[in-house]
Amino acid sequence: MSNTFNRRNFLKLSLLAGGGMLIGIGCNESNEQAAKMPVSIEDLDFTSFNAYIEMATNGMVKIYSPNPEIGQGVKTAMPMIVAEELDIPWEKVHVAQAPLSNDFNRQVAGGSQSIRQSFPGLRNAGAAVKLMFLTAAAKKWGVEVESLKASQGVISSNDGKKINYEEVITEAAKLPIPENAPLKKVEDFTLIGKAINNVDIKPIITGKPLYGVDYKEKGMKYAAVARPPFGASLKSVDDTEAKAVKGVEQVIQFKNKVAVIANSTWAAFKGKSKLNIEWGNLQDDENTDVFDQQMNQLLRKNKLEEKVKSGDVAKARNEADQIIEKTYEAPFLPHSTMEPMNFFADVTDQKIRLVGPTQVPRSSANVVAKLLDRNVEDVTVEMTRMGGGFGRRLSTDFVEDAAMVSHLAKAPIKLMYTREDDMAIGQYRPKVKYKITASIKNGQLTSYELKEAIVNNRGMNKGIARFFPFGAVDHYSATSANVPSDVTTLWWRAPITNFLGFATESFMDELAITLQKDPIDLRLELLEKAKGKKTPYNAERMQKTIQLVKEKSNWGKAEKGIYQGFSCYYSHNSYVAEVCDMEIIDGKPVAKRFYASVDCGIVINTSGAKNQIEGAILDGIGHAMYGNMELKDGIAQSQNYDKYKLIRMMDTPVIETYFVDSNEAPTGLGEPGMPPSGAAYANAYMKATGKRMLKQPFFG
Amino acid sequence: MKFDLKINKKNYSVDVEDGTPLLWVLRDELELVGTKFGCGIGECGACTVHIDGKAERSCQQMVELVEGKEITTIEGLSENGDHPIQEAWETIDVPQCGYCQSGQMMTASALLMKNPSPSNQEIRMAMNGNICRCASYNRIEKAVALAAEKIK
Repeated sequence: MSNTFNRRNFLKLSLLAGGGMLIGIGCNESNEQAAKMPVSIEDLDFTSFNAYIEMATNGMVKIYSPNPEIGQGVKTAMPMIVAEELDIPWEKVHVAQAPLSNDFNRQVAGGSQSIRQSFPGLRNAGAAVKLMFLTAAAKKWGVEVESLKASQGVISSNDGKKINYEEVITEAAKLPIPENAPLKKVEDFTLIGKAINNVDIKPIITGKPLYGVDYKEKGMKYAAVARPPFGASLKSVDDTEAKAVKGVEQVIQFKNKVAVIANSTWAAFKGKSKLNIEWGNLQDDENTDVFDQQMNQLLRKNKLEEKVKSGDVAKARNEADQIIEKTYEAPFLPHSTMEPMNFFADVTDQKIRLVGPTQVPRSSANVVAKLLDRNVEDVTVEMTRMGGGFGRRLSTDFVEDAAMVSHLAKAPIKLMYTREDDMAIGQYRPKVKYKITASIKNGQLTSYELKEAIVNNRGMNKGIARFFPFGAVDHYSATSANVPSDVTTLWWRAPITNFLGFATESFMDELAITLQKDPIDLRLELLEKAKGKKTPYNAERMQKTIQLVKEKSNWGKAEKGIYQGFSCYYSHNSYVAEVCDMEIIDGKPVAKRFYASVDCGIVINTSGAKNQIEGAILDGIGHAMYGNMELKDGIAQSQNYDKYKLIRMMDTPVIETYFVDSNEAPTGLGEPGMPPSGAAYANAYMKATGKRMLKQPFFG
Repeated sequence: MKFDLKINKKNYSVDVEDGTPLLWVLRDELELVGTKFGCGIGECGACTVHIDGKAERSCQQMVELVEGKEITTIEGLSENGDHPIQEAWETIDVPQCGYCQSGQMMTASALLMKNPSPSNQEIRMAMNGNICRCASYNRIEKAVALAAEKIK
């Protein structure tokens, strides 16, 4: 970290260079706390301490949140960590989104890693500035810094003197930034662990500009881009009708795409719809049923690519009393972020400005520099709040298109996807199947064999291949087979585990039924065997998490007419156990309630954390129930929400979330609630109806 | 073509092609960007506004057909962000990504105008047309019930 980074100057410069941003101004600033302050944020003179912290003479503190905010809550939680160590009242904090900067590590929203990986850095940033204030006060009073204490923005001495941070701003800001400033003890945290509102709550509920789609500059044009179906190419385009649409200014071909540039979003969309395009080279093997056949064939083979092997699975099979084998299937899924892909790009000879929703600002800068053969130092990236990410914005395809169109059109442009653009040519969750075979001897699980067939090699790595029940069974193997495809596929919320969790935990339920054991007891027993083994998960933490949900859900003692399903999963460094309560209403099984217990170490923001678990469970069962993308000749068969069902309120159970009390370092929560949810639902469904769900979507 | 619109109790004159959806007039011409684009076919509810007091999908309302009508967007729901629905959303800390929430709040506030004390089932039915991809549904449901409680 360096204190040469002066955010205020940066802002001033970018405002000038932007030729007068209109509603872009304030796009990334949170107004919640600002509203409580007597003066406007813009009127305050802030002094910069490090890349994260600025303070005004009235005691107002601006904290820059480094990572992209996609709804996972880091724009609230990350500054909370800084504020905790800086030790200031949260009411005095104004949060702003930081742009891409070398001052920060890992400005990425992905893998539920923001909190886990940045926790130490965020603490250090706050603690260092606290120490600067203490040092300045010590100099002023001529005492040893060790003799002073600071709390909630007030420094106090042994003899009862008090001074506010803001009274020593000038002196403190001149000091070098200390390394290894002392950190608080976990038990002394006063802000971490509280329920703090989303920092953008005010602009969200009043409709202020916040998102990429809201960003606008004077002179900006709107672009809509027609892109080929998977594997296809542009054969011919007649743009006569498109150009006749009022407001359409240019039609530009690049690669296999056609961009319509207009003076409004509507004109760009309308112009694009009037393009007369013939796509060539349509791929007649890019069909859902073809993939199904290929996957089934691969899963019948003995030899797939080995990921993990321990013991001798074949021998255990030969000696088994009983073999259980099941295959679980999942379709392609689009990400369906509510805010469709969009990005602002202004490519000039001097520099490239990119503004918009990306989970990967660093990669965005790098790929655009490469694409246009420019120095990456000439590229700036500002992140807007995002209307969902779920992994879609880990791809830079739309950022590249925005930059290319701006470059070719020689104008600042905003690329906008229609919902059809977004859904039909996305970066799907890969279609996947798992075949699980288990051997049972003398009432014990003796071998476990996991086979995966997945599109585009996006399957389990060696770490995920070692998830439960690896370690709990003597003979274990995990293998994988690839099905190559032209369908663009990518990480989708809880990659791999979003369906592997379902397969594993559905199979565990099946196993419990076969062994005539309580499903929770079976997991606890198996986890007992995994203790002391080298596994990515900690068996004891998982057991504790299970115990908590067992108690909270009244497991095994539910009222008559309530059918309970259990599931638990470790993923993204967090432990989640879930119980689904199902009832039969008007002859139909209905999920009424979910109990979730979570071990994510220290919980930073309990409101945000619970929100993530509630959302992940409903999102998880929603996609398991309804999500389905079929393909024919590389063409998406669902292109909008009239033909693609997402969960709605009528289908939602009530979620109760409980956290395991912990002083362990915090882990992430954007994803871990999802992997166990589908199986908890399916296992309750089995109890309620006797029918086993093996294939997603369950309905429709 | 020129159209005269009454939005949030203010009069606007806009020059757009007929057939332009109200959504894009709000967003691109009037910079009222609180109303969000989600699907463009009236399925997701992100673009919900009030037209003569009823919740409508602004992506399905052509500009020429809303002339002379009372249009309210999220920006006009209250003067200071203190409509009972907005206050309830804040108390419950509803949003995750937040993108769909203005549409959710416009649907919810229209419900409460028509039915100030909805049952849980009535809340669920009224809100069923609005998708939240983050699935903050539990909190939306609670917030609507809380707002109804407040206006009693």
